[in-house]
Amino acid sequence: MKAIVNISLKAGVLDSQGKAVHHALNSLNFDGVEDVRVAKQIILKLDTADKAQAMLDVTKMCEELLANTVIEDYEIELV
Amino acid sequence: MQKPNIKVTILQFPGTNCEYDTQHAFEELGATTEIIWHKSESLPKDTNLLVIAGGFSYGDYLRSGAIAKFAPVMKAVTHYASEGGKVLGICNGFQVLTEAGLLPGALKRNESLHFISKHHHLRVVNNDNVFLEKLANGSVIHIPIAHHDGNYFIDQKGLKELKNNNQILLKYTDKNGEIQNPNGSVESIAGVCNKEKNIFGLMPHPERAMETLLGSDDGVKMLQGFMEA
Repeated sequence: MKAIVNISLKAGVLDSQGKAVHHALNSLNFDGVEDVRVAKQIILKLDTADKAQAMLDVTKMCEELLANTVIEDYEIELV
Repeated sequence: MQKPNIKVTILQFPGTNCEYDTQHAFEELGATTEIIWHKSESLPKDTNLLVIAGGFSYGDYLRSGAIAKFAPVMKAVTHYASEGGKVLGICNGFQVLTEAGLLPGALKRNESLHFISKHHHLRVVNNDNVFLEKLANGSVIHIPIAHHDGNYFIDQKGLKELKNNNQILLKYTDKNGEIQNPNGSVESIAGVCNKEKNIFGLMPHPERAMETLLGSDDGVKMLQGFMEA
């Protein structure tokens, strides 16, 4: 099983990279873009088939290392 | 110069690159120093000040300071700090201390996204702590900054706590002490301490401001303060 972890800055924490990309898109005349957030994706290959256990484990990994919960949110998808 | 009998222990992770500058600066001021590798599980018993020096520990992988917090030596650091030992984190050391939860807040990518390397003015905001008691409140010093992730973030609740406990020690300013924010930090914060005031983290590099010939010797007074009490 794979766990796909998406980590992004919390709403309310300024995403400077997102802002820079947004400016660049506007200067390329992509005027329809209202907002850009840049996120980070970490893909983990797990040796278990137990989804509930995997979710518990990956959540712990996010809290302890993968995300800095002072400034970042994380979402976990198991596939 | 009169030699204070002070032992400064400096941590070295893979990627640390300011440990020898830091060692030189403290030795110039008369301290005895020792650099210890991140795999060490204890600190020298006679340590009076522990310094986490600047650099790019573990290549800044994942986030600056994120991997270093799990180094074997960090357990000893946490124990040392919990017993009231003085801990100083400079630049990457500040990032490690926030990641380890020993200091509040986090350091984000600079708002401009640029790496900033230049001398900057700083104002002493609170000197009622062992680190800055040699400097007057409101005094302005000129110290190099060199960082990519120096944009200090803390939420409103945390900021209120910092203010109530006088934990904001340094702010980025112009030469007159008026706020001038180089990197987007909340309230232009350049350095904070913990509630107990024995752990201090700052992004600027006082160890690089030891000679007027090299631009400023304002680091001397700061480092002398760190070595006292």
